[in-house]
Amino acid sequence: MGTIKLPRLLIAALIFYVVVTILSLDQVHILNGYFMVIINRSLIFVILAASLNLINGITGQFSLGHMGFAAVGAYVSGTITTLVLKLPAPQPGFWITGPIFIFMIAIVIGGIAAGLVGFLIGFPSLRLKGDYLAIMTLGFGEIIRTILNNIDYVGGPRGLLGIPKFSTFTTITLFTFLIIVLLRNLVQSSHGRAMLSIRENELASELCGIDTTRYKVMGFVIGAFCAGVAGGLLAHLLQLAHPTQYGFLPSALVLIMVYAGGMGSMTGSIFAAFSLTFLTEGLRVAFDNIPSFRIGTMDVRIGTEWVMVIYAILLILIMLFRTEGIMGMREAKLLIIEEKKKK
Amino acid sequence: MAELFSLQQIVNGLQLGSIYALIALGYTMVYGIVRLINFAHGDFYMIGAYAAYAAFFLFNAYIAPGNVLVFIVLIVAMLVGAAVAMLSNKFAYKPLRYKPKLSSLVTAIGVSMFIEYFFSAFPPIGPSPRGFPEVLPKVMWTMGSAQVSNYVVIDLVVAAALMTGLTLLVQKSPLGRAMRAVSQDKDAAKLMGINVEGIISFTFLIGGAFAGAAGLLAGLTYPRIMPYMGILPGLKAFIAAVLGGIGNIPGAMLGAYIMGIAETTANAYNSLLGEGIAFVILILVLLVRPTGILGEKTADKI
Amino acid sequence: MSALLSIQGMSHYFGGLKAVSDFTFDVPEGVIYGLIGPNGSGKTTTFNLISGLYTPTTGKIFFQGKEITGHRPFRIVQGGIARTFQNLRIFGNLSVIDNIRVARHYTVKSGLFTSLLRLPSFLQEEADVREDAMQLIRMFHLEDRAHDQAKNLPYGALRRLEIARALATKPKLVLLDEPAAGMNPKETDDLMGLIRRVRDEFKVTVFLIEHHMKLVMNVCERVKVIDFGETIAEGDPKVVGKDPKVLEAYLGKRGAEC
Repeated sequence: MGTIKLPRLLIAALIFYVVVTILSLDQVHILNGYFMVIINRSLIFVILAASLNLINGITGQFSLGHMGFAAVGAYVSGTITTLVLKLPAPQPGFWITGPIFIFMIAIVIGGIAAGLVGFLIGFPSLRLKGDYLAIMTLGFGEIIRTILNNIDYVGGPRGLLGIPKFSTFTTITLFTFLIIVLLRNLVQSSHGRAMLSIRENELASELCGIDTTRYKVMGFVIGAFCAGVAGGLLAHLLQLAHPTQYGFLPSALVLIMVYAGGMGSMTGSIFAAFSLTFLTEGLRVAFDNIPSFRIGTMDVRIGTEWVMVIYAILLILIMLFRTEGIMGMREAKLLIIEEKKKK
Repeated sequence: MAELFSLQQIVNGLQLGSIYALIALGYTMVYGIVRLINFAHGDFYMIGAYAAYAAFFLFNAYIAPGNVLVFIVLIVAMLVGAAVAMLSNKFAYKPLRYKPKLSSLVTAIGVSMFIEYFFSAFPPIGPSPRGFPEVLPKVMWTMGSAQVSNYVVIDLVVAAALMTGLTLLVQKSPLGRAMRAVSQDKDAAKLMGINVEGIISFTFLIGGAFAGAAGLLAGLTYPRIMPYMGILPGLKAFIAAVLGGIGNIPGAMLGAYIMGIAETTANAYNSLLGEGIAFVILILVLLVRPTGILGEKTADKI
Repeated sequence: MSALLSIQGMSHYFGGLKAVSDFTFDVPEGVIYGLIGPNGSGKTTTFNLISGLYTPTTGKIFFQGKEITGHRPFRIVQGGIARTFQNLRIFGNLSVIDNIRVARHYTVKSGLFTSLLRLPSFLQEEADVREDAMQLIRMFHLEDRAHDQAKNLPYGALRRLEIARALATKPKLVLLDEPAAGMNPKETDDLMGLIRRVRDEFKVTVFLIEHHMKLVMNVCERVKVIDFGETIAEGDPKVVGKDPKVLEAYLGKRGAEC
């Protein structure tokens, strides 16, 4: 009997956690607070990209409003911790204390709320063949902003402010690890194969006895749940949730991560989420340092706005010249569960 | 507070519907011919508005605001919209024509992002909203319980003229026959000697020109333009096309006017409902009649 | 002989075009049944109607005595009717074994949570499904390529994979849509043997459509000849093969090729 190779991923995660924690200690001070914010943000984008990959890459659907689900998670969990329970800011420390435990439950509730919303918009559109999901999610991603702008209880256009900073490197790593394991186990199960078969050929899948509507909706709802969790973590990292953080354009960034990494490759999504988050920060700093110059009478300043212009071109170029992204559909060894060989 | 279905709301709705109709036609024609949701289509409309804005300042020095200036600005907006649409087709969509459909959809998102971010990053344009100039002095008339301006007349007349022209083109001309043939079956059309890529390019041209015209009308009617102004109207126009039956030209017009009146009416009732009504309509259509009002059920080729 | 599949007065129109006109026939249990007719005679439409991709304009379809008209395709598969396609529909990026395991999925009992947590019952079931799939793979001589992406297989192997995948749904009736399309004479001969083995070993009824006359006349025990959506002849292949109407409508044009 071979052993189940689950622990390998766990070991990798632990090594990552311990190394980053040591490097960020005040005494070592290789990773300062600025870097830690970027790392935390990268981990959150890992959840977003990997879960969008479940919808777009594995199940072969086309969702455009992933950040809309993050908004649901952010506002629901933020409302629970900040407005309803009025939890105090946590003390710094490694241990999971009572308030942190409540925070984690709030995050999961935020995820479940996002999943429910996902069902409500996923079911009418996924029942049908065609691109209706794209239009529905795009619409949802935009409409959620309007709704949030109009709910005074959660701050309206000012946003939900004063959210306690519960998202620490520890809690974010924990959630990211759990979601990666969840997605990996899903994809490498009979249910996951059903989803993959829909991407490959929906008609053949239906004629292999797969209830395709059910599995499309299932993939979509699980993806929305994960996005809700990521949104909750982001709100408790930035200590605010603001309607403009969610919408078509932020969702498009997650989309770029999925297609740059490789449609259908969880490894690619993780890699792209990390590298693009770091690249974005790097480019921001770089562009901010470009001095302004004059063309004719006009003062030209190349600012950080151009980062997203570059990304848009990158997305088009990937589609034109390397549709399969960095990884294609391959997975790293770490994310493949070896099947038991027969003796 | 206006009552539901007042004459004023219907006038406003027809005005908004005219703008939606011009955008929706481009969506539905492109979808009908290449089965692509061109997400950048709303941005062609935005570009049309900016082109009209630029044209106004270019020509205002020689021509006083009035109907002639409106006409010139309209032509510029349509030309620019058509050019951008054709260029996107040539460089972004055409190379992917025979690749999996998802690639073109993602590319369309890329084109849309590029246009929006480029416009807000490009210093002469920038992200902040601009007031749209008065290309034509506004005159108000009272008709029964409603206030009607000459802008309303322009919106309705321009939309009606363009739509009539399009209908005649598609129904009566050889070019229109070729377009219908390509939308039925690209391979068969090719065998009949039709230049399929030329027809597709022409479809983008018409769609872009119409979106450009809608951009001018929107600038005139709701005088505030900005780089992201195309996202929501584009989306609503697409929903209007789905409501009418995607791929169906009269359906897009019908859907757009229903959408326009529904939105202004809902808006008078509650602004949040006004914003959301399009999505309520979309969900209802998908649940009740996915083929749209005038759409026919097409048999999937198996 | 009882009828496994019974079709009663089934017609189908595309717009005004009549694709299938008032078909009434029974497919008895345990036979290899052939439906032949020239291109455009309504063969594939008949299969699409039986497998639920289209709903008949009029008429009823019964399977094992129960009406299945208008059921969704996956329900019909789960009820025991599997099919293959004339132009292959393989899951190209999945491995050969995964292609087969997808078809076994609906019989899997492990729920979503059991699977996500990889509980022992899930692992046991996965191992069983895997063993089942390997058995099918060996039977169809695909064991060398079991873990290759299906899109890299040669054409003949893909045809076999599609039949294997259809059988993995544990059907009682298999619909084969032109199984010999694109095959050379040697492959066609092998296929005839395979079809008989499938019927005998899996205890299934085979319903195939073909315009390859030799295959139909050799392997089928009962045939139905159609043209322009109408039935011309039905019965024992040896008798039908001599029917003057069939010779005129079908063999007259194509007989020379075979």
